[in-house]
Amino acid sequence: MASLELLGFGSTGWGALLIAAALMTLAVTATALAIGAVLGAIVAAAKLSGNLFLVTLGNVYTTVFRGVPELLIIYLIYFGGSSAVTAIGQAMGYEGFLGLPSFIAGALAVGIISGAYQAEVFRGAFLAISKGELEAASAIGMHRGMRLRRIIMPQVFRLAIPGLGNVWQLSLKDSALISVTGLAELMRTSQVAAGSTRQYFLFFIAGGCLYLLLTSLSDSIFNGAERRANRSMPASAMGQA
Amino acid sequence: MDFTFIASTLVTLLKAVPTTLILFSLSIITGGLLALVIVWMRTSGNPVLSSFAKGYIFIFRGSPLLIQMFLVFYGLGQFGFIRYSFLWPFLREPMVCAVLSLALCTAGYTAEIFRGGIRAVSPKEIEAARSIGMSGFLLVRRILAPIAFRHALPAYSTEIVLMMKSTALASLVTVWEVTGVAQRLISQTYRTMEVFLCAAIIYLVLNFIILQGMALLEYSLSRHRRAAPQALKA
Repeated sequence: MASLELLGFGSTGWGALLIAAALMTLAVTATALAIGAVLGAIVAAAKLSGNLFLVTLGNVYTTVFRGVPELLIIYLIYFGGSSAVTAIGQAMGYEGFLGLPSFIAGALAVGIISGAYQAEVFRGAFLAISKGELEAASAIGMHRGMRLRRIIMPQVFRLAIPGLGNVWQLSLKDSALISVTGLAELMRTSQVAAGSTRQYFLFFIAGGCLYLLLTSLSDSIFNGAERRANRSMPASAMGQA
Repeated sequence: MDFTFIASTLVTLLKAVPTTLILFSLSIITGGLLALVIVWMRTSGNPVLSSFAKGYIFIFRGSPLLIQMFLVFYGLGQFGFIRYSFLWPFLREPMVCAVLSLALCTAGYTAEIFRGGIRAVSPKEIEAARSIGMSGFLLVRRILAPIAFRHALPAYSTEIVLMMKSTALASLVTVWEVTGVAQRLISQTYRTMEVFLCAAIIYLVLNFIILQGMALLEYSLSRHRRAAPQALKA
């Protein structure tokens, strides 16, 4: 292909823009994962609470956000959020339309989706903690807060790493859908580059390769984190986990 | 709440459900068949075939479906040898491109799910089959495939729900399925929330039906694991 210089870093190349867009994808995914972690922890707590109302509420959340297409949720939050912001603006005396910034809308949408998956990851991790350890903690007089901080949280985190790795990969790929809101992340930038140079195949392949780079890189980071979190576990216990 | 508007929106969106279902079932069937080929390559023991399958799975699971779909829809037309071939009348159609990319993508995930199912078949069962002289295709058809399928079913039903959700992306390559029609409706009426909520409800109902169907299938395939009726116990 004579058009490879289009991918370069010169004045006619899209290389630098594509790298910046890949960083934007990372930023929006990381923000989404953080939002999802908070939501997921709350929802997991609600589902484990045993309170019928809270359990139902948690179940509705996980069912809805795992059952509706991601694209629809992004549209809903982007447009719905914008009209909410406009309504607030009008109440405060501002005339006209106010948009929700696409970074915030996108991170919020992907975060709400990943929250539904993270809730299941956290719930599974909590249920995997052995009952005996919780009993032992109570037996030596640890109260609820201390038990949560010293026994439950460290173990939930360790047991949740593989699941969180999956959620991260899922969110990374979902973040490509934020391109419909016009945020200049990797998908959107590949699209713009493809359209303006008419080299569709080249730029979508390049974008796809950058996504593969991000997913395989984060895969090895999560594998490393898993090994590190399990470093104090005996080899035999690992087989059971 | 404007119930007449919501009712008419639901009617309009329901007319697009057949398109969504066609997209969904064609991609599941094509993707499933392709997955069988890939899982055969992956487990064949031939290093060339198995590394090709590994590469395929890595690429299609590691990149977003949207970029794969755009690659098929916009990218292929760039090549003269495709544009002037007998394939072009098909590849020009958005529907064909959407099914092709959905099937290629799901084949990667499904192959991994099937591989997990095959690995879960106990070697003793295969040994037993071999000891009574079963081998080759008969062994696959009678022992390996049914047991592997049953093991893979829970994970496979998750994949099927994910596929149902992925059909929404076809709206971005101008296939008029539920999400696409919803978007067109919004550009005419500017009533974002109502229309998208109606669409969301339709997807939830479709997914609920799929999950119930899969649970029923799982139940009917696990007859041997259920407690026998009292009358048979003696």
